[in-house]
Amino acid sequence: MREELLAIIEKNSRIDLKELAVILGVEEIDVVNELAALEAEGIICGYHTLINWEQTTIDKVTALIEVRVTPQRGQGFDSIAERIYKYPEVRSVYLISGGYDLMVILEGKTLREVSNFVSDKLSTLDTVLSTATHFILKKYKDHGTVLGSKKQDEREMITP
Amino acid sequence: MRNPLADKVVEIKPSGIRKFFDVVSEMKDAISLGVGEPDFDTPWHIRDEGIYSLEKGRTFYTSNAGLKDLKIEICNYLKRSQGIEYDYNGEVLVTVGGSEAIDMGLRAMINPGDEVLIPQPSYVSYEPCAILAGAKPVTINLKAENEFRLTAQELEDAITDKTKVLILPFPNNPTGAIMELADLEAIREVIIKHDIFVMSDEIYAELTYKGKHVSIASLPGMQERTILINGFSKAYAMTGWRLGYACGPREIIAQMTKIHQFAIMCAPTTSQYAAVEALKNGDEDVAQMRMAYNQRRRFLMNAFREMGLECFEPYGAFYVFPCIKEFGMTSDEFATRFLEEEKVAAVPGTAFGDCGEGYLRISYAYSLEKLKEAMGRLARFVEKLRAEQGK
Repeated sequence: MREELLAIIEKNSRIDLKELAVILGVEEIDVVNELAALEAEGIICGYHTLINWEQTTIDKVTALIEVRVTPQRGQGFDSIAERIYKYPEVRSVYLISGGYDLMVILEGKTLREVSNFVSDKLSTLDTVLSTATHFILKKYKDHGTVLGSKKQDEREMITP
Repeated sequence: MRNPLADKVVEIKPSGIRKFFDVVSEMKDAISLGVGEPDFDTPWHIRDEGIYSLEKGRTFYTSNAGLKDLKIEICNYLKRSQGIEYDYNGEVLVTVGGSEAIDMGLRAMINPGDEVLIPQPSYVSYEPCAILAGAKPVTINLKAENEFRLTAQELEDAITDKTKVLILPFPNNPTGAIMELADLEAIREVIIKHDIFVMSDEIYAELTYKGKHVSIASLPGMQERTILINGFSKAYAMTGWRLGYACGPREIIAQMTKIHQFAIMCAPTTSQYAAVEALKNGDEDVAQMRMAYNQRRRFLMNAFREMGLECFEPYGAFYVFPCIKEFGMTSDEFATRFLEEEKVAAVPGTAFGDCGEGYLRISYAYSLEKLKEAMGRLARFVEKLRAEQGK
């Protein structure tokens, strides 16, 4: 049940517990227990909402920043990653294979705010060798969901 | 002017599903639960392969029986899923959907006056195809108390010395019934005893929710007397690609291929290339879709339980077949009122044979949201009918 449960709530975390139990073919109490276990084990880390901010009047700027760093003895990349992710404006930090080390996703209100963060805070860290900042111009698809257009049921009437 | 039409064709009555669809397409806010095709798009990697074949300029015919690679993949699939071995060269025919295979198969086997056994409720094409092939269709009325499975006794009772072919439509449209190994073993003895052939329509083979589908062709002594029909429409959500296949004894496939070559030439080339990809790399997609259908199936069964509507639990295809006999009206009356008063279209069971009277086919090839809305309306309608009857 665990895998199927995760697959469902990854797409729809607002699904009603009773309904979840019905479509999984189990008792509601089993769902409750399994969710609690998944949370306790740190498998479910949150229940977020996917928002297309472009459709609102609120301005947001998102940037992907490639960061090259010097790994530290005994700690590798972990301590520098921690140093970076503690900033609340940092949305995500990933360790990356390839041409650079960390991918930092940053969200700010304005371009200036983001560039200030990069020049004042990120680049000035001792272990940071270089950064390359890419601003996101448009989000087409996020978290497996195509933003914007809703798909219509175009199936035609046919017999048999 | 003389009558331009053939009596045999004119006498075939049109499908009973049509009528409701015509109304629903005109009605605002109407929900249709009538469609018999997946609501998923064909998985992208399969579509991509079709596009790639077009880009490569593969716009020619394939050989009559189908693309060699596809026939090989079909054989591989039947080997791994059913343990049946077919020779891709001569025992496989790629057709324009499973429907064509039904037509070709019957035309290849029937002599005038032969009887074709058609268990009902079932897909509406068998009877007209049998008639057009010159057969006498003989209906076997399946029963709710047997979960709409075909029993050995029912088969035995229907067989005469003219019986030539049994059509075996499982997993079943419209009931969602399946035939498990024990059920198949029971009818196998009767089939062999009377030396009849089987046309096994397994188009919903990948959509079962209680163990894996078993093909009758995998039973001892059955491969040599079975035409196995399957296709890509339901498993891979590829209805519009129009692609199916028939596998069977060389001598039957050869005659089917002959008719196919004169009537059709070959199945669509783009679709055949896409289908190779489906069989090679599509298992995970099928598993995902099966999981989604199963969730909806459980949701509907629970909804029926909550509104006290009788329904046997179906383990195949994407249909449920609730019983509406408690309301004392015909399937047609129920479906008509349900559409008029709650704007939900479901197909009366009688569209799939007279023994579908008292039942309704509900397709769950719709999103959970749609089904939820529809079940809300059904619950309200059922309550209203019970109130009218003073229950």
